[in-house]
Amino acid sequence: MADLRTVLYLLVYPGLVFLFVYSTFCEWFDRKVYARLQNRMGPTHTGRFGLLQPIADFLKLMAKEDVVPEAADKRLFSVLPVIGLAVVSTAGLLLPVWNFDLGLPGWTSFSGDIIVVLYLLSLPTLILFLAAWSSTNLFATIGGSRVLTMLFGYEVPLFLSVLSPAILADSWRLAEIAAFYQARPLLLLANLLGFLIAVVAVQAKLERTPFDIPHAETEIVGGTFTEYSGKKLALFRLTFDIEMVVASGLLATVFLGGFPGGAVIGFVHFVVKTLFVIFLLSLLRALTSRIRIDQVVSFSWKYLAPLAVLQLLATILLKGLLK
Amino acid sequence: MSFEIPIGPQHPALKEPISLRMTVDGEVITGVDIRLGYNHRGVEKVAEEKNWTQNIYLTERICGICSHSHATCYVQGVEKLMELAPPKRGLYIRYLVSELERVHSHLLWLGVAGHEAGFDSFFMYTWRDREIVMDLLEMISGNRVHYAINTIGGVRRDLDEGQKARILEGVATLRKRSEYYFHIGANEPSFVGRIAGVGMLSKEQAVSLCAVGPVARASGVARDVRKEDPYAVYDELDFELCTADTCDVLGRVVVRVKELLESYKMIEQMVKGLPDGDIACKAPRKAKPGEVVSRYEAPRGENIHYIKANGTDKPERLKVRAPTLGNYPATVEMLRNGFIADIPLIFAAIDPCICCAERTVTLVGARNGEERLVTLGDLRRLAIERHQSAPPKRNAVWPI
Repeated sequence: MADLRTVLYLLVYPGLVFLFVYSTFCEWFDRKVYARLQNRMGPTHTGRFGLLQPIADFLKLMAKEDVVPEAADKRLFSVLPVIGLAVVSTAGLLLPVWNFDLGLPGWTSFSGDIIVVLYLLSLPTLILFLAAWSSTNLFATIGGSRVLTMLFGYEVPLFLSVLSPAILADSWRLAEIAAFYQARPLLLLANLLGFLIAVVAVQAKLERTPFDIPHAETEIVGGTFTEYSGKKLALFRLTFDIEMVVASGLLATVFLGGFPGGAVIGFVHFVVKTLFVIFLLSLLRALTSRIRIDQVVSFSWKYLAPLAVLQLLATILLKGLLK
Repeated sequence: MSFEIPIGPQHPALKEPISLRMTVDGEVITGVDIRLGYNHRGVEKVAEEKNWTQNIYLTERICGICSHSHATCYVQGVEKLMELAPPKRGLYIRYLVSELERVHSHLLWLGVAGHEAGFDSFFMYTWRDREIVMDLLEMISGNRVHYAINTIGGVRRDLDEGQKARILEGVATLRKRSEYYFHIGANEPSFVGRIAGVGMLSKEQAVSLCAVGPVARASGVARDVRKEDPYAVYDELDFELCTADTCDVLGRVVVRVKELLESYKMIEQMVKGLPDGDIACKAPRKAKPGEVVSRYEAPRGENIHYIKANGTDKPERLKVRAPTLGNYPATVEMLRNGFIADIPLIFAAIDPCICCAERTVTLVGARNGEERLVTLGDLRRLAIERHQSAPPKRNAVWPI
């Protein structure tokens, strides 16, 4: 029985099948919200309401010619998309959806898993840099250096803001943090500032407007993805879709009280809460213009990081008061 | 680390082929080299083979956005050569179309500026509203892009009361929307942060580098043919010259939005004050020998046509100086010491119309940099040889 559960967990929910289907749904949702905010229709034709459009796009890319540049480091160039996908999918397994026991830490939920998720979510950035670097294209190289420059901007505020609820809950385990806030929902309000900072930082991590600088098409063509095509590009896009799901799932766990109620009711919680986070991300994407790389760094260190520190201090003070 | 990045001739930021070679040091541009000639069509030569009327349709096709500007500039010049005085009603309709075209061009540009800055929502909104003016133009002339409303001695189509009412209605909607865009363009922090202080061009530089149009006006140079040398109906209209003194891309956005508002004012005046009478007078087939320079304020700046007649029904020479050409030297100056991220914005801010400005072509060997002259026959032979010796195209491999 336990084996069956594990197989279900790895392959079905929240494993590969679920992540694939749900991430395409999230992409559809994001595109639809973005389009409606721009007075457009968004996808309408493939499937009902265009729901199958992201899957169609994925399949189309899988069928396209896959070119590896002569000058590229071929092995690295080819293996990176797969590693990226594996990394974010692994991070998805650590979200406390079901198959965990609060009293008994297991391999899907253990003390310190919040750190592991954050670490796994940072890896795609490095993979993207390596991908850009290994493709040896001029535009990709510029994109790659922008990826790393941006990383120094948003990573610290993200970590600080995600860790402050954990400090208040006095746990490094996602399931326990969620359970803590489920028991005391009012305390979620104390983390509101941190939530907003984290949404902005996640937007930067996902490289969406206003932070789509590494692949700003009007400046550096495809940026990091310039040389990628076919299957590899499809996998990269899937990686980013799944990263969006996992990152919003992480924010939902930490800031919105997690997913109580086991597999079924928890599933509803998961969908509603992640879609809420994704809605905020889409809103941000539609309402802003791309900023410059130096502006990202100065914005992060002038505003995001100090605010995150403020949130951290407030959390620590609140914790002292509660005791 | 210093290296050269090629922007163009094919690049997502460019809608038309031009090659900008940027020498960059990290993210900062240290040198700029503009290369033209990728879209040369020999318009001036063709014009010498066609008669006065046929050339209206040729000059209209110099540009796809300011098509009416070139046709009007040409027609103005020819009318001067033929000593024609078109009836007032015809002129009012002609310049009404001019102002509508300016509205459509500026709305298009605003969208492009938004897109270049990564502000796609702005792009979608302005282009949605551009449809209103495109529909008006279609209603007036029957076409969305090449209106073909000009003829020597007036215009080809009249306006009726219903059309007048619809123009006023459309302009009222557009004015409301443009005020909203003005608010966004000048207040949305990420957009303003992106365009303020970018692509500086001081007033002195603008004058010495002969910048034209909104680029010059955004640097505080009050230069507009409609005001300085009012042609046709412009001395009867009440409008203001829009300038800005910020000297950057933000200033160029502001100038263009202000011009939109001024254009709405002029359109309303022209529609309401449309005189009665004929729309065109009869033009002679031939023009007396002579030469003329015709000036016209296109949406992008001053457009100049030089026309020389030799007494036949064809021009002896037609020289077109499109506004974009006048702005290239200033662009090089604006790009220097900017960031890579600003290239598309700065370049788009002159509202480049590359095929307008392509008057000549030089053949340069890609490998040795050698310049040479080639006849049309040689070019044709080379093209056929190249086509025949090209390897067969490899099809994509189907993975399944």
